[in-house]
Amino acid sequence: MSEPQSFLRKYIFSLDHKIIGIQYIVTGFAMAIVGGLLSLLIRLQLGWPTVMWPILETLMPNAYQSGVMAPEFYLAAVTMHGTIMAFFFISYVLVSGFGNYLVPLQVGAKDMAFPLLNMLSYWIGLVSALVMIMAFFVEGGAAAAGWTAYPPLSALPGAVPGSGLGQSVWLLSMALFIVSFTMTSLNVVATVFSMRAKGMSMMRMPMTVWSFFIASVMGLLAFPALTAGAIMLLFDRHAGTAFFLPAGLIIGGNLVEVGGGSPLLWQHLFWFLGHPEVYVLILPALGINFDILAAFTRKPIFGYRIAVWSLILSGFLGMIVWGHHMFVSGMSPFSGEYFSLSTLLITIPMAVVGVCMLGSLWGGRLKMATPGLFALGLISMFGTGGFGGLFLGNATADIQLHDTYFVVGHFHLMIGGVTVFGTFAAIYFWFPKMFGRLMNETLGRVHFWITTIGYYLIFLTQHFVGLQGAPRRYYAFGSYEYLEQTATSNEFISIAAMVVGAAQAMFIFNFVWSMFRGKVTDTNPWRATTLEWSLPSPPPHGNFATPPVVHRWPYEYSPDGGENDFAGQQVDGGNVPVTA
Amino acid sequence: MADSTSAPKLEGLLVALLFVGLSVGFAIYGARNWFPEVASRHGVGIDAMIMFLLAVTGAMFLIGHLVLALFIWQGSRRNSVVARLASSKAERRVAITLGLVMALAAEGGVLAIGLPVFGEYFGEIPADAVDVVVTGQQFAWNNHYPGGDGVFGRTDVALITPTNPVGLDSNDPAAADDFVSINQLTVPVDRPVKITLRSIDVIHSFFLPHHRVKQDAVPGMTIPVWFVPTREGRFEIPCTELCGLGHYRMQGFLNVVSQTEYETWLDEQAGN
Repeated sequence: MSEPQSFLRKYIFSLDHKIIGIQYIVTGFAMAIVGGLLSLLIRLQLGWPTVMWPILETLMPNAYQSGVMAPEFYLAAVTMHGTIMAFFFISYVLVSGFGNYLVPLQVGAKDMAFPLLNMLSYWIGLVSALVMIMAFFVEGGAAAAGWTAYPPLSALPGAVPGSGLGQSVWLLSMALFIVSFTMTSLNVVATVFSMRAKGMSMMRMPMTVWSFFIASVMGLLAFPALTAGAIMLLFDRHAGTAFFLPAGLIIGGNLVEVGGGSPLLWQHLFWFLGHPEVYVLILPALGINFDILAAFTRKPIFGYRIAVWSLILSGFLGMIVWGHHMFVSGMSPFSGEYFSLSTLLITIPMAVVGVCMLGSLWGGRLKMATPGLFALGLISMFGTGGFGGLFLGNATADIQLHDTYFVVGHFHLMIGGVTVFGTFAAIYFWFPKMFGRLMNETLGRVHFWITTIGYYLIFLTQHFVGLQGAPRRYYAFGSYEYLEQTATSNEFISIAAMVVGAAQAMFIFNFVWSMFRGKVTDTNPWRATTLEWSLPSPPPHGNFATPPVVHRWPYEYSPDGGENDFAGQQVDGGNVPVTA
Repeated sequence: MADSTSAPKLEGLLVALLFVGLSVGFAIYGARNWFPEVASRHGVGIDAMIMFLLAVTGAMFLIGHLVLALFIWQGSRRNSVVARLASSKAERRVAITLGLVMALAAEGGVLAIGLPVFGEYFGEIPADAVDVVVTGQQFAWNNHYPGGDGVFGRTDVALITPTNPVGLDSNDPAAADDFVSINQLTVPVDRPVKITLRSIDVIHSFFLPHHRVKQDAVPGMTIPVWFVPTREGRFEIPCTELCGLGHYRMQGFLNVVSQTEYETWLDEQAGN
């Protein structure tokens, strides 16, 4: 492959998977700043619902009338925060970003299987992100029916201000997002199947590649269901159909003319995407974590094969548990019990993965650096979040806990905690490969401590606010006597959120500063084994000058009874036993 | 390794203490922040389910974090790796055994404690239950009582007006003694109460936090739910499914009164 020379073709309209990966990462972080600021505005409102903010009124006169957040802006903020963080931050940075960057390098390929498709997927992804942001500026404001967009609320413009043009824009953006994400998934699957280097058997692939592969298969199977759903809902809104609208609705005193549809149909379509989406985001974080743990414990991970099979099994089971989001939706209680039991099944492979991660530390020689610290934090968060999941996957306990802050706390520990810790660990770990420089360790450690403690203070506290019965998506709790005691907790959570927010600003600073001023390092600063570390930093266009040959699995740390520190996958010969 | 990985001992200890502190701290905090006091018969079973999970997962949460902390502390003091895998078979055995023990410890109880409660909650509703149709709308709960004849009059969306919120058909003889109470749901104590949920606009969710009852009210569907209130008092009914701008103030009240008070109240309503 010849390398394009012009700046535009090299860094902007690039076909190189590494550049596209970094483009996704940068786009994702830009979206995360928007989503993060929204969450701080939400926390300002929930922590101090009676305080006025004249400065915010100056900045956003429509959203803050006489210094107080407008309820319609609150709902738009909640909706957009969820959508942006799940789809445009974590999906872009972790799955599309690192998936693009790492998969070809780690399987020993010169690029993705379909580079042009890859570029197309990024540019459609960027358009979809811009369309989503645009929703704030249309009449009625951004979508305000929650990130789950349940109709009829999301179908009828009169139901809530955000269900005007804002909701149509949201649906259009989601449809584009799925198109983009499907292309990336297709590329990852094709690359893993057909582009692996000689000697890279499936059971020699790093956990990172396995997890991207499984996540991509799930994405391909699950995401198109919501494309159909989004188009159907657009038709309901603009073409007079009634897929999701039953007869006899009265909105704002007026009878809605159409009818015959079912609101529950949307919930099935949404969660058929929505739940696998959770695994699409979590599995790569877990896979990456295994590889980082190995480098920071200087020993092979615990139970490679069983962990791979557990990820595959949880990927399969993850496709058939979506109804556990619908226990109190009016769905048949028999379906509810089925979904409850399938959810219990999925805890088994997930518990095995947890044991393998913990076991990977056993007997290791722990090295302390920021990526390893975030990897340890991820283990903790995965355990805590997983235990909370047991409450919600259980149809009986869920009657009380459904749609309370227990749910909010739980999914923030999982798709907001495990995935974010995985993302941070991955950034600190592969930053030297991307830019040839290390990120600042002192800032990184401060970032780790504040983020870990802060996450627990925010999201585990929310579990207990939920136990007390506080419903989610409430603009204020003031009129409820039984929730009086949650006011202190909410103020406390908000303070913790501000501190965590500040720590993330520090991380962004560290990222940008280190790109230009970070300490220059050699090609393999962590002494890691996977193929990308055998290449210069950053790796050249086309990655490998000669096609690599793989001789061993990726966890050859402390081989020969510890005589050698490690052996890369490309290292030939010796008497190093392949133990898996 | 990069230079910054030197002197890991102290840092290892600190990180280990971090995880011990977080887990122990939250176990103590959690024990002090509890759910609202239960006020229904099946609610006791739901509480038992949640308590069981809190005990089991709480124990696993503490033990898991202590093990994590121990591994971190030990690992940061070592100069060489001590344990390499014996064989992938041995690892498989350990991982599956521990995973199964953890999963089954939590889930055995789910099946033993949870299923009977679920069966009761979604099971057959006693015939002598007090019967109320609760219709959600942006942003109020309309409680439709059948009156003395025990039969609900015909309703029709075409008849809905601000003064007739459920669209009661006054030509239907069964409707003559029906009445609608907005946001005030009054029921007698210690008798089964059957709530039939409907909605005329968007999805709402009927939540009785003290009675461990939650059910979405979905337009186009009629969904029954029942419970037996066990103590008198005034309880709040928040909406728990996002339904629009007034979602947070769609507040109803459940008044649980004695049988005599209930009958007096019914007579008063019939007089109106």
